Amino acid sequence: MSPQNRPLSPHLQVYRPQLTSMLSILHRITGVALAIGTLLLVYWLVALSIGPEAYADAEGVIGSFLGRLLLFGWSVALFYHLCNGIRHLFWDAGYGFELETAYRSGWIVMIASLALTVLAWIVAYTAMGG
Amino acid sequence: MNLRTPLARVRHLGSAKDGTSHWWMQRVTAIALVPLTIWFVAALVFHLGAGYEATAAWIGHPVTAVLLLALIVATFYHAFLGLQVVIEDYVHHEGVKIASILAVKFACILLGLAAVLATLKILFGQ
Repeated sequence: MSPQNRPLSPHLQVYRPQLTSMLSILHRITGVALAIGTLLLVYWLVALSIGPEAYADAEGVIGSFLGRLLLFGWSVALFYHLCNGIRHLFWDAGYGFELETAYRSGWIVMIASLALTVLAWIVAYTAMGG
Repeated sequence: MNLRTPLARVRHLGSAKDGTSHWWMQRVTAIALVPLTIWFVAALVFHLGAGYEATAAWIGHPVTAVLLLALIVATFYHAFLGLQVVIEDYVHHEGVKIASILAVKFACILLGLAAVLATLKILFGQ
């Protein structure tokens, strides 16, 4: 068999989906989504630098239904990637590898990222006056 | 044909030729991004709907501008390092892989420069 055609490990499809593996791939998916989401941040910042009219246009785009939907998805992705990123940093330091701990930290990450998302949107809507 | 022993190959910079710097810089930027992201999102939600004047005054404040510049640099550095790994893992055609990595690198640099320039313009426009 030529080197190019050798099967590559791991064969992910033979495994039953688990919380740990799902959160792992979700970290990657949210990372890519956030990288694309930076387009919105740059657009907003550039509009602000151009002047009041451009900024009003950007507020209109971001404040539209589609804009808010994108922003919501982006905020979920951001809080998840942030929380799970901290989980990864603990692993990098050598802590939390026990199966029970890995599952517990996984649940904490999910609950914390959802809680932070809800909190951010409550504050945002309160700041905007409803 | 490589006559070097496996040990000689992995010593110092290893087969990837940049040692652990990719892995390490992804962690350094990650650690920097934890407080920077929390600060930015927390401050941003309080400024939503504040209008042009108040938002420009906030971004144009020297403290905000410096932290925002740090956030921009760390974000695009971190994004590039992460996207590079994703491409290397899933794109197996060598030419397509190199072209994708270069395209992503250039896009990250251009977006980062645009964000930096916008921040400086707001800062010096105050």
